Amino acid sequence: MITFKGVHKWFKSLHVLNDINLHVSPGEVLVVCGPSGSGKSTLIRTINQLEPINQGTLIVDGMDLSDKKTDINKLRAEVGFVFQQFNLYPHLSVIGNITLAPIKIRNIPKKEAEEQAMELLTRVGLAEKRDAYPLQLSGGQQQRVAIARGLAMKPRIMLFDEPTSALDPEMIGEVLEVMKDLARSGMTMVVVTHEMGFAREVAHRVVFMDYGVILEEAPPEDFFLRPQHERAQQFLRQLLTPMQAG
Amino acid sequence: MLNYTFDWSIITSGQYFDWLVSGLITTLKLSAISIVMAFILGLVIAVMRMSHNKPVRWFAHIYLEFFRNTPLLVQIFFWYFGSYKILPTVINDWLNKTGFEFAAAAIALTIYTSAFIAEDIRSGVLSIPKEQMEAARSAGFSYLRSMQYIILPQAVRITIPPLVNQFLNLAKNSSLAMTIGVMEMTYQARQVESYTFKGFEAFTAATVVYLVLSIVITAMVNLYNEKVLNIHKAA
Ligand SMILES: Nc1ncnc2c1ncn2[C@@H]1O[C@H](COP(=O)(O)OP(=O)(O)O)[C@@H](O)[C@H]1O
Ligand SMILES: [Mg+2]
Repeated sequence: MITFKGVHKWFKSLHVLNDINLHVSPGEVLVVCGPSGSGKSTLIRTINQLEPINQGTLIVDGMDLSDKKTDINKLRAEVGFVFQQFNLYPHLSVIGNITLAPIKIRNIPKKEAEEQAMELLTRVGLAEKRDAYPLQLSGGQQQRVAIARGLAMKPRIMLFDEPTSALDPEMIGEVLEVMKDLARSGMTMVVVTHEMGFAREVAHRVVFMDYGVILEEAPPEDFFLRPQHERAQQFLRQLLTPMQAG
Repeated sequence: MLNYTFDWSIITSGQYFDWLVSGLITTLKLSAISIVMAFILGLVIAVMRMSHNKPVRWFAHIYLEFFRNTPLLVQIFFWYFGSYKILPTVINDWLNKTGFEFAAAAIALTIYTSAFIAEDIRSGVLSIPKEQMEAARSAGFSYLRSMQYIILPQAVRITIPPLVNQFLNLAKNSSLAMTIGVMEMTYQARQVESYTFKGFEAFTAATVVYLVLSIVITAMVNLYNEKVLNIHKAA
């Protein structure tokens, strides 16, 4: 579904992704973790080419991102992206946020798009908020709407970049529940997160990054109980103390 | 001047009243057409100014600098006296039929004001967080579609106070069209004055018209905010 082969990326002289080799199979849930600045966001953003890669091969859903002929907008329509800061469209209502892309990109009739949106809103537990505006919602609600917005395009892959890091602690659970449901439904997911509960419950694999390098790649139970790399051990120790790693 | 006797009846009925009303209608038409066209053109120029394509960006840049920094009166004269030399004959014929003065004034007002509007919209766009563009692009919208559906609607909301200002300026600037013989409000007020010597009354009428026009434009934009853009909800 997603294949990185020898992928490199630089920001000027900063080597943010250093020889990334990674494969995500259909239906797999991959969790990416690592210290702040290690390149997690950059990695996940290359998958829908919010960040272009400089070297190597990256194939997503059969499309080669290093090939100039690849229709990048088509690829992005197949890949949902959920941001740390939600990034809902503030000028549109909840239902407007969810139906905009299906109506304008997929040319689905408005009525049909709204019916589908209501199904998604019910799934994330926000049916009664259909006409609210994003800024009237709590952070947790906004993020659930953002997930519904991503799902409305019927994506083959969903990407999450620290979806709960900007939330008040009491709202993290409601968002993780929605994501766990999605994982159990068989969606292919790449999730940058430090929520170890989520990783333990639904992740098939955990990847640990530092300085742009994948240092460790293991099933969650192995990663959490027997981290091999010294940096990973240190990172996990920090996660368990109140001083959270970025 | 001390012996001046006011006579409002001259302008409230009869022939001179009709002149002023026809002037009012011309001013309204000229302003309305130019406002709509200037807004659309301003949007287009603003997007071109931010394009990733260098020649497009530079064209917009030169357009902006040129039309903002030459006097409107000169631009009106340019379109009136000079344009038939550079425009194709078809267009000239059509312009002559539809009233060349009016068209020249409308073109000048549109282009001049579009340059200011484009700059206002551009600063509005720059104030929208870049994450909005990212969200739109990651949903699969092209750059232009992202602008159309996500960025510009938000930017225009922010830009509304300066836009209203540009619309008001345009309505007031439309009085310059009298210099090329467009029989708009100010032109007719002067006509009435030269026939009746009742300049005070005639220009008071014109002043009131511009004032009411300003109030109406402001009210219409406010209404648009509330009804169409849902500003009160999204705020
Ligand atoms: N657009 C950019 N331009 C320059 N440097 C960047 C940019 N985005 C990220 N970086 C840098 O790249 C490194 C990796 O960033 P990021 O992928 O956001 O890490 P993470 O998500 O793991 O915190 C950091 O040092 C960051 O400062
Ligand atoms: Mg990050």
